[in-house]
Amino acid sequence: MKSAIFLKTFRTRHLFLSQLLLILFVMFESLTAQTNTIRVKSEPGILNSSIENAIQRADSGDTVLLEPGVYAIHDLQISKSITLQGQEGSILDIEERGYGLILKGTNITLKNFEIRNSGSGFMEDFAAILIENSRDIHVEDLTLTNNFFGIFIAKSERILVSNNNIFSNAKRQTTSGNGIHLWYSKNVEAHNNTITGHRDGIYLEFVEESKMSGNNVFSNIRYGLHFMYSNSCSYIGNTFEDNTSGVAVMYTKNVEMLHNHFINNWGANRYGLLLKEINDSVVKYNLFESNSVGIYSEASNRVLIEQNEFRNNGTALRMMANGLDNRIEQNNFISNVFEVTTNSRQNPNHYEGNYWSQYEGYDLNGDGIGDVEYRPVRLFSLLAEKEPLSLIMLRSIMAGVLDTAERVFPVLTPKNLVDPKPLMQPNQ
Amino acid sequence: MITIQQLQKSFGDHHVLRNIDLEIPTGQSIGIVGPNGSGKTTLIKTMLGLVKPDSGTITINNTVLNGNHIYRRDIGYMPQQARYPENMYATELFDFMENLRDQPGEFRNQLIEEFNLYSEVEKPLRVLSGGNRQKVGAVLAMMFNPSILFLDEPTAGLDPRSSYIFKERIRNEKRAGKTILITSHIMSELEQLVEHVVFILEGKIQYYGTIGDLLKDNRQDHLEGAIAQMMEGVEL
Amino acid sequence: MIAVYYQIVRNEFQTLLRARWLIGYGLIFLLLTDTLFRFTGGGAEVLVSLSNVILLFIPLISMLYGILFIYQSRDYLELLLTQPVNRETLYWGLFTGISGPLTSAFLAGTTLPLIWHGNFSGEPAMQTVLVLGIGAILTFIFTGLGFVMGLAYYEEKIKGFGYSLMIWLFMAVIYDGLILLLIFLLGDYPIETGVVGLTMLNPIDLGRILILLEFDISALMGYTGAVFSQFLGSLKGMLTASFMLVLWLILPMWLGLRLFRKKDF
Repeated sequence: MKSAIFLKTFRTRHLFLSQLLLILFVMFESLTAQTNTIRVKSEPGILNSSIENAIQRADSGDTVLLEPGVYAIHDLQISKSITLQGQEGSILDIEERGYGLILKGTNITLKNFEIRNSGSGFMEDFAAILIENSRDIHVEDLTLTNNFFGIFIAKSERILVSNNNIFSNAKRQTTSGNGIHLWYSKNVEAHNNTITGHRDGIYLEFVEESKMSGNNVFSNIRYGLHFMYSNSCSYIGNTFEDNTSGVAVMYTKNVEMLHNHFINNWGANRYGLLLKEINDSVVKYNLFESNSVGIYSEASNRVLIEQNEFRNNGTALRMMANGLDNRIEQNNFISNVFEVTTNSRQNPNHYEGNYWSQYEGYDLNGDGIGDVEYRPVRLFSLLAEKEPLSLIMLRSIMAGVLDTAERVFPVLTPKNLVDPKPLMQPNQ
Repeated sequence: MITIQQLQKSFGDHHVLRNIDLEIPTGQSIGIVGPNGSGKTTLIKTMLGLVKPDSGTITINNTVLNGNHIYRRDIGYMPQQARYPENMYATELFDFMENLRDQPGEFRNQLIEEFNLYSEVEKPLRVLSGGNRQKVGAVLAMMFNPSILFLDEPTAGLDPRSSYIFKERIRNEKRAGKTILITSHIMSELEQLVEHVVFILEGKIQYYGTIGDLLKDNRQDHLEGAIAQMMEGVEL
Repeated sequence: MIAVYYQIVRNEFQTLLRARWLIGYGLIFLLLTDTLFRFTGGGAEVLVSLSNVILLFIPLISMLYGILFIYQSRDYLELLLTQPVNRETLYWGLFTGISGPLTSAFLAGTTLPLIWHGNFSGEPAMQTVLVLGIGAILTFIFTGLGFVMGLAYYEEKIKGFGYSLMIWLFMAVIYDGLILLLIFLLGDYPIETGVVGLTMLNPIDLGRILILLEFDISALMGYTGAVFSQFLGSLKGMLTASFMLVLWLILPMWLGLRLFRKKDF
């Protein structure tokens, strides 16, 4: 408890420090508290009772250990500061009756068991784990199978969700929930989770100062990552692959998106990364590969798009002209069909020092920078936008002739959308 | 034995052969004469299957021509202008023909010797002179010892000595019982080589018979005069 | 018959292999492919650039080569026709004897650098085979068209060359321009099926679409359009385009054979 106060008084905006303190706090607690372990066996057919009993008997700091077996539960509340721990074969089955575990408290740890079959609700967001009005919660090494929502976190702080496998088999958006759902929360960390088959892999709304890293989010039926109004969060080293609509981030400022992979998002209106009204943020060191659109940016301002790699996308970067002062620098654009597209003849953004594999200029002075400026917007991309059917003429000589003519005398493409210093070789 | 019945051929509006009837017995040597464009070459090409007739039949050694090709084993053809794949050597051309026909050129070496082609056969055909190419054509026509020879202006490019050698060779072939058809504008040459002439004018046979009879009919001493007279007669 | 065919093909091969320009043709592809590897950093980029060259130049060169062969070897043709050889056999012998070495030069020139840059192993192997296959098929188609033009305009070389160049220009550039125009003129009408059908009639477009389907599917799928994306996004598109390409492979050969059989030489 003392350490909790300590943490509170030292609440810091620095994420790393807070995480460190969290870890120290856990260690401190486990060293000082006098803890007991209560073992629980499953009682087939009887709802909640055995676990509920154990929790009632437990004191703060105790561990409730689940023996292997299937436990029928639903809406099982935990408000004591305990650890609920399982082992190989410990399974909590909700049998489609509603919520699984409902956490309302502080210092609760869930570890190493499986929760399955929450059942879906039209009125309620049933979840395997609901964490509400809580602080200092750890959810680790769980397997969440076939639930409506995986982990639903609301109005909570200092939550750590790590190394969980969250699977479902969502078919339609209306009958499925999100893998990790965060709402009005702060200082949440989600690391190294695998999330698939949900609606959104990770969803954040009104979340602050949170951090997602090392998550593998694939084949969800809406967005891999979806956030709105969630300022000052960072997303580092995640992989978002084959999610029906890619990743969408909206109405947010101060976002850091670093070292992520956005892969294989194919189809109409599918984007590796959709930026909508994102301000003062950084998109750096990411890989965008084989997406219909790598980044789609709309009404976003002062976003730094730097040192990313765009590979084999239909359109690498689609910058709508209603955003200002975005900087696109030192990226590698390799083997994309269209490198940059836009919807205006104006260009309010800055492009410099990128590598464009379609660049055909030369470098006589050998400084690694092309001697001729480069216009990455092709006329043919405009044609394809007006009449998508004309895409069937992609790579035709006619299309090449039109593009070349337009590059020499820009009439329809933005005149000042120019990279004055195109690189001759890709950035390393 | 070559039999031609009611042969007709037009190139577009141009009626090249009109109802040709002709029978050439085995062993006969025959000159085909007529002005330029009278249909001589077309007649030979039709017999070779190069040109498809509009109507009529041709029978060569008991084969009725109908898109078949085996009968050509019996025919040696020497074209007017001999041009061959440029980068090929004459020896290669001969080899190729032997392989193509799956038949050894029994007179190949003999002919090369007679025409003194030894040094020429080891060069690409493109560097050969017109006369030497003509000789290569003669070798090709005769090396398989065919029973029928079609010679289209055979001596046109040859020097007097080669021409003499060539004519000797033809006389030998005649003695061996070959059927020989020669087109030529050099009437004196024909007088030396053939007994019979066919005179074609505007696609029609105007005369077919021995040279002797032709001279007698026209009261001329030489073939040239007789033909010239006939051409005038028709035009009048 | 097969022996005769073999003899003709072999002779063509030998003659052509001695022709320096054919070796030059192979060398150009060798240099080009190797250079592409050095300048683009390898992978799909090389294959895509190579396919651009293939779609542009192979039709032109093959067709000119086919027609040039007919014109240059008229006497040789006539010599062969006077031999006891069937015309059909001769035709096939000549055709394969010409298109074969041309294809071989192209394949040798491209394959060697592709091998030593490791493009024949792993994932790019199939793509490599696709691109080279399209090059080979286009060689056959357009050599065949050259044959057809040469036989159809046997006595009128200037016309023959002129029309061949026009055919190439039409198929390579103008046809696509017309389709684009059509798309923009009739964009409000349901013309998707028609447009897809039209592109299927042009062998260069067919080759191009096969390459699109392999390399640019991500761009194509980014746009809506039912027929379009259904057709292009599925295996059906690939199969239909391949099937049409095979039809195109047959068409000029068959036309050429018809002409050759009936022709007066």
